[in-house]
Amino acid sequence: MPKLELQGVIKRFGDRTVCDGINLTVDEGQMVCLIGASGSGKSTLLRCINLLEPIEDGAIFLDGEDISIPGLNPQSVRARIGIVFQSFNLFPHMTALENVMLAPRRVRGLFRAELQPEVEALFARFGLADRMHNYPDQLSGGQQQRVAIVRALAMQPEVMLFDEITSALDPQLVGEVLDVLLMLKKQGMTMVMATHEMGFAREAADKICFLDSGRIIEEGPPEAVFDHPSHQTTQAFLARALK
Amino acid sequence: MTRRERYEAHQRRRSLVIATISTVTVVAAIYFLVPLAPGWTKVQQSFFNGETLVKTFPKLLEAFRINVMIFAWSAPAIAVLGLLIALARDAKSPALFPLRIFGAAFTDVFRGVPVILTVYLIGFGIPGLGLPRPWNSPYIWGSLALILTYSAYVAEIFRSGIDSVHHSQRAAALSLGLSERQVMRDVVLPQAIRNVVPSQMNMLIALQKDVSLLSFIGPVEIFRQAGVFKSLLANFTPYVGAAIIFLIVTIPATRYADHLMARQMRERR
Amino acid sequence: MSKTLTIAASSVLFLSTAAYAQDQCAAGKTLTDGKFTIATGNPAYYPWVIDDAPEKGEGFEAAVAFAVAEEMGFAADDVVWVRSSFDEAIQPGAKEFDVNMQQYSITPERDQVVDFSAPYYTAPMAVLVSPNATETAPTLEALKGLQWGAVGSTTAVPKLASIIQPDSDPLLYGDNADVNAAMSANQIDAALFDLPTALFLSAVMIEGSKVIGQFPADESDNPDQFGMLMEDGNPLKTCVDEALATLAENGKLAEIEAKWLQDTTGVPLIK
Repeated sequence: MPKLELQGVIKRFGDRTVCDGINLTVDEGQMVCLIGASGSGKSTLLRCINLLEPIEDGAIFLDGEDISIPGLNPQSVRARIGIVFQSFNLFPHMTALENVMLAPRRVRGLFRAELQPEVEALFARFGLADRMHNYPDQLSGGQQQRVAIVRALAMQPEVMLFDEITSALDPQLVGEVLDVLLMLKKQGMTMVMATHEMGFAREAADKICFLDSGRIIEEGPPEAVFDHPSHQTTQAFLARALK
Repeated sequence: MTRRERYEAHQRRRSLVIATISTVTVVAAIYFLVPLAPGWTKVQQSFFNGETLVKTFPKLLEAFRINVMIFAWSAPAIAVLGLLIALARDAKSPALFPLRIFGAAFTDVFRGVPVILTVYLIGFGIPGLGLPRPWNSPYIWGSLALILTYSAYVAEIFRSGIDSVHHSQRAAALSLGLSERQVMRDVVLPQAIRNVVPSQMNMLIALQKDVSLLSFIGPVEIFRQAGVFKSLLANFTPYVGAAIIFLIVTIPATRYADHLMARQMRERR
Repeated sequence: MSKTLTIAASSVLFLSTAAYAQDQCAAGKTLTDGKFTIATGNPAYYPWVIDDAPEKGEGFEAAVAFAVAEEMGFAADDVVWVRSSFDEAIQPGAKEFDVNMQQYSITPERDQVVDFSAPYYTAPMAVLVSPNATETAPTLEALKGLQWGAVGSTTAVPKLASIIQPDSDPLLYGDNADVNAAMSANQIDAALFDLPTALFLSAVMIEGSKVIGQFPADESDNPDQFGMLMEDGNPLKTCVDEALATLAENGKLAEIEAKWLQDTTGVPLIK
């Protein structure tokens, strides 16, 4: 059974169809990269999986369980699926540590003291031990994005979604964030990421999905998609992206 | 010193000299010309009578304690009620629909009616229903009138503050599994409140002045006390004294609010 | 008609040249030549002015005003009524009236800023109590314990503080109507007014209220005497004073008082 499965997911904003019948399976421990032009529906798809956007039709399964039933309380699902955004979205009025501890305290019902060792270990593992007590505006973009990842991980999610998390970073900071993803992959985290980092996708992904106008028009292992794209649109996109 | 720095230093000196000359000229003109007006001695006698000021100032200061007292218990109540109204107006659950209607009606009514009318209607009207003492005190109902009116304004400011928090903050908080309530309490409100502190400071300053409206329904606060002196002494100087006391409080507060506002502008840029 | 009467009366007192002399006194000293401009309150209250219509000459102050005008040689048609607040009356600068009549108590402090005519009425202070307090004994001791109110711009305020010295701070209001509202809301037990005003409020405005006592004007060291207010240094003052003196001497003033102000002897003195 796949860890995450999407069947015919349709999402519309008004009369604009953003996801147009998307089918996708993600196995436990897999890293799937969504590529495609801006506006092709990658971000919206990730937000749908996290239930931040309700879907019009189709279904989303987590461990075989339909999580997209209308009216289902999304909170418990969101706690199992972490998401990290392009613009970090750290809470500016809290220190890095408070940002990370908020959800575990509120949702998992833990006390600060209980959480402290676990969270400190996370900070240390991602090289942020000396930044715990800084506010977001005192951190670099790369540091902020790593704190955002730690914040999502602190909920001990089963699946992580990454929405172009390096797009807002200065080029020299991209590496430190991508390294974090490699660490997570090594630990067996199931991940879906939307990205423009073709080099990284090719090296790290288990599967590449190419989206165009809300549809996955090509998918497969990186070598297949990057070296022998079968679809003309894919070829054109890759020619531009890899130039 | 570079050429540019030399130029700028010169410009600064020049501006300073011009500002000084023009200020001195204006002050001197007021100082020397106003007393030449034919009615000046009478105006001075009526409004700027040193003897009257000295005689009435201590009692005015004492009466001002009533203003401070009313302000001190009204301000926190306004903050709490204003916040509740703001939250009621943003309530999304259908069960809370009546609350939304109530919140909207509340802000419309109390922002639409002059404060003094509210003070009169509530200050005399509700006790007139037959409440026993001390529950019919004008202090209680007059304060309530201020609280209701100011809550309406404060609620709108809180709402604008809530709107000013970027929706991506809500999305981030929701994605972590927090409930709508937790998102509001832990993520949106702290930022919203911080964003509107300067505007709310201005409301506090306005409130400090409007406390005087309670004088219409009995309490002898500074404005009424000044009025009593005015009538007894047939002299307006006590009002000037009251104005001085107000300014001593409100000028630093206004400066502080401006400072907060300026700092916020800098941070947003 | 009453003008001929007055002229006739003056003739008796001052011989035939007197009326001519009065005319002379006011000539060229009024705001508008040939007119006598009198200010009253807005609104003007019973029993001082009936129905807020001073031009009818009904009510104590309206009647006194016309009598003084006549004495000074103005026809009833030459009397012009305007309205003014207390603040307008005392603010520096030129005034919009020749005299201002609205129960202004003469005090030395006020006299420094404006001029007052000779007094036209000596007002006893009276205690008006709310329907809940009508059983209060008219003694200073009993009065101390009440919650007091008064109009903030009147001499009742210092009188309260000096004579009654109530246990709790009095509440002060802008005008009679607000004192009335506060009494109806049971926020005050008692209020201090001049006696005619107190009697009027009790009889007409506040149902169940009662005037339980008065402080005799002649007994207090600083009796409340009402005078017409004028701009400081107004040359008209001597004319107005002469007219009032005449009216006092010939009993006309007492007549007007008897006609418009209720008999006040039934109100007990406060011990």
